[in-house]
Amino acid sequence: MVENRPLLTFLSHLVLIIGVLIVAFPVYIAIIASTRASNEFLSGLIPLLPGPHLVENYSRMLSSGVSTSGAPPLGLMMTNSLIMALVIAIGKIAISLLSAFAIVYFRFPFRQLAFWAIFITLMLPVEVRILPTFEVVANLNLLNSYVGLTVPLIASATATFLFRQFFLTVPDELMEAARVDGAGPMKFFRDILLPLSRTNIAALFVILFIYGWNQYLWPLLITTDERYYTVVMGIRRLAATADTEPLWNVVMASAVLAMLPPVLVVIFMQRLFVKGLVETEK
Amino acid sequence: MQTKRTIFSNKGLPYALLFPQLAITAIFFLWPAGQALWQSFLRQDAFGFRTSFVGFSNFLDLFTSPQYLNSLSVTAVFATSVAALSMSVSLLLAVAADRMIRTRNAYTTFLVWPYAVAPAVAGILWWFMFNPSIGVFSYVLDMLNYNWNHTLSRTDAMLLVIFASTWKQISYNFLFFLAGLQSIPASLSEAAAIDGARPVKRFFTIVFPLLSPTTFFLMVVNITYAMFDTFGIIHATTSGGPAQATNILVYKVFNDGFIGLNLGSSAAQSVILMAIVISLTVIQFRYIERRVEY
Amino acid sequence: MATIDIAGIRKVYPGNVTAIHGLDLSIDDGELVVLVGPSGCGKSTLLRMIAGLETITDGTVSIGGDVVNRKEPAERDIAMVFQNYALYPHMSVRGNLEYGLKNRGTPRAEIDARVTEAARILEIEPFLERKPRQLSGGQRQRVAMGRAIVRHPKAFLFDEPLSNLDAKLRGQMRIEIKRLQRNLKTTSVYVTHDQLEAMTLADRLVVMNAGRIEQVGKPVELYEQPASLFVAGFIGSPPMNIFDVSKLRELPGVTLPASLPQSADVVGARPDAILLEKPQGEAIALKGTVELIEPVGGESHVYARLAGSDQIVILVIQGRTRLAEAEEIAFYLPEAALHPFERESGRRVG
Repeated sequence: MVENRPLLTFLSHLVLIIGVLIVAFPVYIAIIASTRASNEFLSGLIPLLPGPHLVENYSRMLSSGVSTSGAPPLGLMMTNSLIMALVIAIGKIAISLLSAFAIVYFRFPFRQLAFWAIFITLMLPVEVRILPTFEVVANLNLLNSYVGLTVPLIASATATFLFRQFFLTVPDELMEAARVDGAGPMKFFRDILLPLSRTNIAALFVILFIYGWNQYLWPLLITTDERYYTVVMGIRRLAATADTEPLWNVVMASAVLAMLPPVLVVIFMQRLFVKGLVETEK
Repeated sequence: MQTKRTIFSNKGLPYALLFPQLAITAIFFLWPAGQALWQSFLRQDAFGFRTSFVGFSNFLDLFTSPQYLNSLSVTAVFATSVAALSMSVSLLLAVAADRMIRTRNAYTTFLVWPYAVAPAVAGILWWFMFNPSIGVFSYVLDMLNYNWNHTLSRTDAMLLVIFASTWKQISYNFLFFLAGLQSIPASLSEAAAIDGARPVKRFFTIVFPLLSPTTFFLMVVNITYAMFDTFGIIHATTSGGPAQATNILVYKVFNDGFIGLNLGSSAAQSVILMAIVISLTVIQFRYIERRVEY
Repeated sequence: MATIDIAGIRKVYPGNVTAIHGLDLSIDDGELVVLVGPSGCGKSTLLRMIAGLETITDGTVSIGGDVVNRKEPAERDIAMVFQNYALYPHMSVRGNLEYGLKNRGTPRAEIDARVTEAARILEIEPFLERKPRQLSGGQRQRVAMGRAIVRHPKAFLFDEPLSNLDAKLRGQMRIEIKRLQRNLKTTSVYVTHDQLEAMTLADRLVVMNAGRIEQVGKPVELYEQPASLFVAGFIGSPPMNIFDVSKLRELPGVTLPASLPQSADVVGARPDAILLEKPQGEAIALKGTVELIEPVGGESHVYARLAGSDQIVILVIQGRTRLAEAEEIAFYLPEAALHPFERESGRRVG
């Protein structure tokens, strides 16, 4: 800072602390609610301090779920979410690495066309063309399957772009040296390019894991079989009870569990997360 | 388009490498997008027996339909509010955090994690806090003699989804603003200080103008976010209601297609949305090529 | 160990940009040939065509008698040292040295022996387990050379290998490269834009300009008998003084030697060949005013303005000079030291 202004510093801390509290408050309330018994929500004032039912609520949700709202155990849904997030993240990274490699290190007819075909996917979020995409998946008999949940979301322009940008910064001489050293394209890819991309892969993994875990509309449409429900979409089933008030304590327990894995990933891999976020927007 | 100075000379290999990406793109992106375009010119009769080509009439119908025009204005209000609110809050936080040296990283950690919360979950959290009968905020508002009810009041419903969407987007904007602030050389602020500008003046005359590329970029990103990524928030809370008060375009596409089963209209709406996304992306790309500078 | 023969080679880039215009060159077994010229003269392109990193539009490249035009770089049995070293950043020094041998399926024991040998020659044994980023510029340079010599290739190709080093280290490495090449007797092609580096290293020097060879020869030959104005100006530092013959004739009291060919309209003289005392035999006598003196140690560079002209003439005087700035001097270009050229063609005449 240019000069020392204690008042300004104090104000800055104040702003930041209020910001942190606002950001944390909804989650605090959710955690509190998840430690209470369901009858405590009838009084009209929701409690602001933790109650004694934490273990009970969470273990109930994880192991058995709420059959009245057609929600399977959270353990199952979380496993599905994990599978979905991992397959999407790893799949996107794998096919993007390969296509970026082809686009940067080869010259071939229709290269421009291929590039634009991939580019267009960047422009079309699944939500805006949801109905025809759903029909394609339905026609391919992929409803209620892990393939249907993941593969349609795996094509990624963003990741391809990131790797393309990165490959372009790798000095040309490395590839030339590898060729002189007797490495063919795939050997160069495996021995040189992949190890050099490690940080980028990790950063992208963080972002894509969150992306995959947080998918909502897609699993909502693709799955009608409880065995394939993911946790983010499952919450809505718990909350959207038609006439009665939802069982707030278990809804909030599920919400906390649903946000826990991606939030932990962000907190513990903050450096990679920030790198991934900033680079995918370049 | 750029490649390397030397390239591998294999003929078939690049196609094999591109195949997985292109196959998925073709099957799940290009084909459906083409379908949407084609269907937008068709209309099915009430029983789904006959389909006829109707030209642009699906589009014309949309722009004369009060529901669609309502959805357009709802989207405009929603997107502008979310972008303005979350960007102002984030900028304030980023400016404060930029002043910190030792505590900056700690504050950052405490501010960025909502990025990882799914939109649908964020919606549920805010829905709970504003629940008319037991929500903590509605309780406080009740004491202030405001009877909050987002299931009945159009304004309350809109505010609810704005709050939830803003909350989730603060971390993203904060990170980009902070990065933008840190890339401004300290020497500029120091020079201004020597020229006698006080901190607030320095911010508005030096820092804010230099931040304009970031601000512009975030504006585009936030509008895109509010228009398309907030589907989960709307679906998990208001479902577009009450009385279509929160029926934003992307929700209406889904609703008309899956619930209303009006394929032609839904397809036409998809096409319009794709056009909007493409324009926003083009704006964003032009920004990347030629950063806004003053 | 091999000869390299280049016959009628041309390189045309897409968009009809010709980088190399039909060029022939034969390199003997064990010879160190330096390609030198300003940037954009095609010297790197030529080297990369020998390496197989650049396609050949026309003509042939043969290594050890075999035409290699269609061969991959790896099949040509050459090794290359790059300007930025191109060390694999994620591999240790040992990994870098071994990589090419492993790819060729060299037996383990053989790999170890060769790496040990190369490390000993280049004195990089202490760093074998380090990563390139933990090394200094000079050490990286040695590793890059090591990667070439472990391969025992038919030829070394050097692409401006010293230009990333500071001046002092550059001098040391130059000597080492020369010594190494003498000992290994491996045919080498070395590209540089630095004429001093070129002069000191080369068995034979190839001066290139705008995609053509200007002159090929031993460094001393090129210095003493530059075949063109370009070579005259490029080789030697400070550069040769070039005089316009018609302007010289106009100067009062100046007579030109009768031996000067009629067609010579430009004449050059090396700064160290210009004398302050009238020599025996014929010489062009000129007058001038000293503008600036640069003492550079063992010699002094004197910049004098030619009387009756605004041309600056550079003289190199051995030892310290008694001349002072603003002093009027007379100086002489001995007949034997004159280099006559024809301006139109740029070629030497007579």
